[in-house]
Amino acid sequence: MADAPYQENIHLHDPQSYWTKYVFSQDHKVIAIQYTITAISVGLVALVLSGLMRLQLGFPGILDFIDPGSYYQYVTMHGMIMIVYLLTALLLGGFGNYLIPLMVGARDMVFPFVNMLSYWVYLISVLVLMASFFVPGGPTGAGWTLYPPQAILPGTPGAEGGGIVLMLVSLVIFIIAFTMGGLNYVTTVLQARTWGMTMMRMPLTVWGIFTATIMALLAFPALFVGCVMLLLDRVVGSSFFMPAVSSMGQQLDHDGGSPVLFQHLFWFFGHPEVYIVALPAFGIISDLISTHARKNIFGYRVMVWAIVAIAVISFIVWAHHMYYSGMNLYLGFFFAITTLIIAIPTAIKVYNWVLTLWRGNIHLTVPMLFCLAFILTFVVGGLTGLFLGNVSVDVPLGDTYFVVAHFHMVMGVAPILAIFGGIYHWFPKASGRMLNDTLGKVHFWVTFLGTYMIYFPMHYLGFVGVPRRYYNFENYEFIPPSAQELQAFTTVVALIVGVFQLLFIFNLVWSLFKGKRADSNPWRATTLEWQTPDTPPVHGNWGPKLPVVYRWAYDYSVPGADQDFLPQTLAPVVATASNEQARAEGDKA
Amino acid sequence: MAVAIVLVLIVVASLLFNFLNPWWFTPLASNWGQMDLTLIITLWISGIVFVAITLFMAYAVFRYRHQKHRRAAYEPENRKLEWWLIGLTSVGIVIMLIPGLYVWAEFVNVPKDALSVEVVGQQWQWSFRFPGKDGVLGRTDTRLISAENPFGLHTGNPFGQDDVLVKSGDLHLPLGKPIKVLLRSKDVLHDFYVPNFRVKMDAVPGLVSGLWFTPTKTGTFEIACAEYCGVGHHTMRSRVVVEEEGLFQAWLHEQPTLAQALSEDAAETGDPLVRQGRKLAQDQGCLACHSVDGSPGAGPTWKGLYGKTETLADGSTVVVEEEYLKESIVNPGAAVVKGYDPLMPPYQLSSEELDALIAYTKALSDQG
Repeated sequence: MADAPYQENIHLHDPQSYWTKYVFSQDHKVIAIQYTITAISVGLVALVLSGLMRLQLGFPGILDFIDPGSYYQYVTMHGMIMIVYLLTALLLGGFGNYLIPLMVGARDMVFPFVNMLSYWVYLISVLVLMASFFVPGGPTGAGWTLYPPQAILPGTPGAEGGGIVLMLVSLVIFIIAFTMGGLNYVTTVLQARTWGMTMMRMPLTVWGIFTATIMALLAFPALFVGCVMLLLDRVVGSSFFMPAVSSMGQQLDHDGGSPVLFQHLFWFFGHPEVYIVALPAFGIISDLISTHARKNIFGYRVMVWAIVAIAVISFIVWAHHMYYSGMNLYLGFFFAITTLIIAIPTAIKVYNWVLTLWRGNIHLTVPMLFCLAFILTFVVGGLTGLFLGNVSVDVPLGDTYFVVAHFHMVMGVAPILAIFGGIYHWFPKASGRMLNDTLGKVHFWVTFLGTYMIYFPMHYLGFVGVPRRYYNFENYEFIPPSAQELQAFTTVVALIVGVFQLLFIFNLVWSLFKGKRADSNPWRATTLEWQTPDTPPVHGNWGPKLPVVYRWAYDYSVPGADQDFLPQTLAPVVATASNEQARAEGDKA
Repeated sequence: MAVAIVLVLIVVASLLFNFLNPWWFTPLASNWGQMDLTLIITLWISGIVFVAITLFMAYAVFRYRHQKHRRAAYEPENRKLEWWLIGLTSVGIVIMLIPGLYVWAEFVNVPKDALSVEVVGQQWQWSFRFPGKDGVLGRTDTRLISAENPFGLHTGNPFGQDDVLVKSGDLHLPLGKPIKVLLRSKDVLHDFYVPNFRVKMDAVPGLVSGLWFTPTKTGTFEIACAEYCGVGHHTMRSRVVVEEEGLFQAWLHEQPTLAQALSEDAAETGDPLVRQGRKLAQDQGCLACHSVDGSPGAGPTWKGLYGKTETLADGSTVVVEEEYLKESIVNPGAAVVKGYDPLMPPYQLSSEELDALIAYTKALSDQG
């Protein structure tokens, strides 16, 4: 690189007061932690909601206050919170904010003030959403997909009161927050990389988050307009999505609108959204596997290609969510083909992860355990996507428990495992302490085996044809009584897994104060974030001079080198010429 | 080592579960067995891939576990292997797509000689319409939907006069003939799904969607709504009865045509309060859940209701008279009849309106 890095000569103003250091901070690391804490907190709310749902499904009628309206409200809020307010916020806002500047050698994001704003606007969106629990009629119970006409018509909870309004407003606010953050992540990666950090030397975590952010900037606008149009239909009586309807005996004023139009807009966002969640998880797993197996990620260039290919193709598969929506049936041919094509780059990534393990030097640390579990559950979840993407097989399986099992496995289990792995991996850098290993292993085994036991059998209820979004299954003859027994078993396992997440929270808090102290690179990793002069890194990250990068992110177990890892900042001449100096450089890292 | 064993055990347990569990497709009662076949092909391919990848991973975890003096290999990439893997994966994808798309091509091609049936969804019941002797379904419009005209038919339209109307109750179909289902919705999205036929399609207000199948077995098969449509979604059910042609025709003849239904309505006279009650029941949407002819719905039928002794959810009993009915309208959650979910929203009506509804309910019991 001929030009100096963008941030070579800037002077970051150090925050002075408690408020500007820890609350209204413009430091990407503080913002990241704020995103993480908020996302986990609201995720715990959604976890409780899922517990209530499971209680009703496993033991129908067990809790009087869970009537059908409440049940559907829980279904909706659980889904929306988990996908948008937890997974997207935590992976992009949490991991993205923390890691991007550190991994590319920048001092901070390029627009720190806007970055700070992005968190507070996100927090406002969360509060607006939570407020819907407290308005008359309660939160919307339209399903996270919010399909009209039902989302705004009587018969659906929250349709007539403020519930659906607050949901739509909250989403609009969230999208504003994420545009502000997203512009930061993309511009920082493109403009603020340090000396020697070319795009093809960036770790895959950065590639995953960077690509996901570009997708988000392109996909969220579709959701934005869909929400605004639905809001107008509800509040001023327009008919973007509302045809003539006779609702509960009343002829309504709407006419001429198309419910299927909403679905196109929603899924044009919704499908890329699931890859916006998946790609950062993929990136994190690649980096965790290579570090903990002491081996370069297999096929780095192809991995980058696959991330980009998945991102591009993900924009032309959306109507596989709409095969029998009433849209033109011939579209099914096109979308089935594109959907099955996207399986190819995805499969390549899976092969490359296991090939990284092959001939590795595998340390079964807690992060590595989460990686192995990720691969297994992502393979299962991804494979079941092939059933649903193949249009004619989607006809019997769609809107059944097969779909519920599929999307939980591939979005609710695998990325959550990647997030846990990432937190166990980077906690020492962010806090200077290790998370407790024993608690980590217990948390891992219960979560992995528990979620597998919940979602693997569920696919077979889908084969029976048990429909999703049902409050109960009384008097359906095609559903055998054994299905109800499985529901009860699933509930018991789900409650246990849910409770064990408290162990993780405890571990986080306890280790913050009492955890074993970590040096700056306890995993002996090559990437830049581990080379900061201070741990946890201070404002400005690097001290007086930006780091200089000489190699890609995966020089593990390089033949001829003394150490089994060569940090990205290690110049190649030094490594082969002088053992003493190499050891010194490595130890300083 | 332990980790590798657990991974292998997970594979074994998953395989055992797959082959030993009791949950499989409902018995096939239509021509769409090819969907089952494509699904099974996909299951085999997926199963093999899952087992292969997981066992390979388990072996790697065992064979390459960290040991003193172990050093990982340094292998940035292997282009040849990557291309082979891409190629093999593509072959697998094609093997799944070919039958999938072939079956879809059949699904989009409705047989020309199919018998048309209209299925109408509303919150939360199904109704059905046959084209009658002229073979053509009469024109409809959502704007015309009312209690007297639940299908929203253009009553002047000649094609509609002989349409056979099945307002509630089961759908009967003849065995062995292709059936073209035309789907409509009066209010929100619904989905007509019959597990034994393997088919489903959304019913969308504002458009007509369709699907087709040929029933291949006699019997009674359940319809389950498969697109979330509000708090009564899980109660929106009906049944398809497939029978021999002769029995089907006999059943069809018993159902009223539009012409017959219209003449019955015209002959109606009676108490203006009862008539007002009936109009209210239609306008306020009561009839979406409460039938007047005894057929089951999300709420208790009004036929024979007045004066009946009902058992409530808490086990107590009540005689259904004016006081109970009025309470059940303005505060429906207070005393729900046993066996019904608390779905009904409260209706704040004037005392005159309540009197009219009571009069109508009474009239339905005097008739019954």
